[in-house]
Amino acid sequence: MGTEMFNIRRGHPDDLVIALAGNPNTGKSTVFNALTGMNQYTGNWAGKTVGSAVGYFRHSTASFTLVDLPGTYSLLSQSPDEQVARDFLCWGQPDATIIVTDATCLERNLNLALQVLEVTPNAVVAVNLLDEAKRKGITVDLNQLADELGVPVVGMAARRGIGLDELKDTVLRLATGHYQPDPQPLTYSPEVEAAVAALLPRVSPLIPNPRMARWVALRLLDGDPSVLDAMERYAPNQHAFGGETTWLPTKSHSAL
Amino acid sequence: MASHQESLRALMRELHGDDQTTVRDQIVSDLYTRSAEIASATVTLPDGGRQFAFDRRLDNILTSRWLGYPVMLALLGIVFYMTIAGANVPSALLGDLFGWIEGYLTLFFAWLGTPEWVHGVLVLGLFRGVSWVVAVMLPPMAIFFPIFAILEDFGYLPRVAFNLDRFFKSAGAHGKQALTMTMGFGCNAAGVVACRIIESPRERMLAILTNNFVPCNGRWPTLITLSSLFMAGAVGLASGSLAATLVVVGIVLIGISATLAVSWTLSKTMLRGVPSTFTLELPPYRKPQFGRLLVRSVYDRTRIVLKRAVIVAAPAGVITWILANVYIGELSVIAHVAGFFDPFARLIGLDGYILMAFVLGLPANEIVLPILIMSYLSSGAMTELDDFTALKQLFLDHGWTWVTALCTMLFSLLHYPCGTTMWTIYKETSSVKWTLVAILLPTGIALSACFLVAQAARLFGWG
Repeated sequence: MGTEMFNIRRGHPDDLVIALAGNPNTGKSTVFNALTGMNQYTGNWAGKTVGSAVGYFRHSTASFTLVDLPGTYSLLSQSPDEQVARDFLCWGQPDATIIVTDATCLERNLNLALQVLEVTPNAVVAVNLLDEAKRKGITVDLNQLADELGVPVVGMAARRGIGLDELKDTVLRLATGHYQPDPQPLTYSPEVEAAVAALLPRVSPLIPNPRMARWVALRLLDGDPSVLDAMERYAPNQHAFGGETTWLPTKSHSAL
Repeated sequence: MASHQESLRALMRELHGDDQTTVRDQIVSDLYTRSAEIASATVTLPDGGRQFAFDRRLDNILTSRWLGYPVMLALLGIVFYMTIAGANVPSALLGDLFGWIEGYLTLFFAWLGTPEWVHGVLVLGLFRGVSWVVAVMLPPMAIFFPIFAILEDFGYLPRVAFNLDRFFKSAGAHGKQALTMTMGFGCNAAGVVACRIIESPRERMLAILTNNFVPCNGRWPTLITLSSLFMAGAVGLASGSLAATLVVVGIVLIGISATLAVSWTLSKTMLRGVPSTFTLELPPYRKPQFGRLLVRSVYDRTRIVLKRAVIVAAPAGVITWILANVYIGELSVIAHVAGFFDPFARLIGLDGYILMAFVLGLPANEIVLPILIMSYLSSGAMTELDDFTALKQLFLDHGWTWVTALCTMLFSLLHYPCGTTMWTIYKETSSVKWTLVAILLPTGIALSACFLVAQAARLFGWG
């Protein structure tokens, strides 16, 4: 199981695993607490001095293990926090991912959201702190945002419990494969796209999943060796990302 | 299969034969461009963003080059003043309450007909030990933490880090150390764990080694009590509290200076290197959630304080009572130990009892003052809690002057970390060597500082 390599304890072997990503100060912990209540435990990520929090909740007939990733601004840099978040999204095989954003400074938060969607399309963007935004006179067009990103968007005021049910419904549909978003990958400037296009013929044979092949090509261009180290650590016996085995983050491989 | 990863590695090596930094920058900048695009399509700002202007104006004051520091010191002072002045009444009430309970406990033991020593250990040792810690510590903490939490919730702490960043940078340390230091005001063990937010191992070590120089939960009561008793003069409550506040602020500044000085020295010697840069987000100001804060800070802190009081202070109370009541020859065990420490302790402005209290207080700084008071009392039990005049008289009877109080406060501020923090440092660094440095370095500094103050005082005939 992907979770075990990360020292993450599932509540039950059949639990659906949900990753919770987001910038610091977006009320991510509030969302985490609102979903899991007192039913949580804390520990460390395997081999890292980065704290982890895992909680459990039920919705409808399903039970969930919610993994609170460290709050980060990006998945690109090299801090342990960012590596932990990136590695879990890539190799922890979450059944769905919640990306918490702050409605009062959405632009800054979208940077991470876009990066998360590059590695896992099976995600919902929770636009939190809508009450705060409203107080400041900021409005967010949630439908338009969903269109732009290509994934479901839920408006929330987590500390008042607003939007929780919708979030749980969406997570359930995503995690059980009833709804499979297919966000358009971000188009980079021509220069980068040309470099990616030149690389892809050599990366694709190694990584069958097109979304991941593109992501790995971008990381090769980044020149970030920690991605390859992590790949060796978390997916040593797989065809890099793939083939028949894992990579895709939903459980219903057949449907994909 | 490993061969696949080998191919990817080879590919990366091949790519980075030529310079790819421009591609990397382009990738990052494209991400930001797209974020801005989506945001402008979905977010409507209020009338020309006038609300944001407020945040910016506030930031211009709170993080200004000139006003930032005075505002910070003033806020710190206000927090301490409210804590010191506000804690007196509930402390006295709690003291009365425990005294009242103790009366009935004594009656109860008399009714049971237990031997004298059972009453001594359980009531005069254990019960008084615990109730002293609770009555003296709980009210300040129950005031300090909510106020602190309100500032935190409001979004002020990142501004503090922003203000202090310059100092830490020039000391060769990481700007985030300002944040871990602030955590240390609550609890040094927590502050040491918080150092994980600093990625570079060198700067993380600096932050861990110096966290102890800011007073924690367990040392506030000692500092506050001693400055109230000896620095405030026996004037009226308000001005006394003000003087005590100034002294406590001064002590905090000494602690921060020690943090910076030690960081600077280490980064020039054992931990050489240049500070790394980082992004510090200044989050928007938020209206604090008072209800939730009260529950979190009062209830949670209260529970922690009570738990520590029971786990640490209870056995310490018992042990101190026994040591003070078991006699070898003419003197109690405690008097023998204090006598042994005394000549050395005098050199650094303390006395044998004070030094012994610090040694016995290793498990938790909270119990240093209770142990000291308990061992001063010839009866071998802690004094009434509510009577500060009696407390001062007790110290005066044992030859205290303001120099003794100052040296005790300095020693408390600068000395080795408590047992919990030592263990945490060992766990975080996994290094016996660095743990030893974290113990010996502050101890050395505390001894030198107290020695200098005591000798200067002697030389100039102060105190």
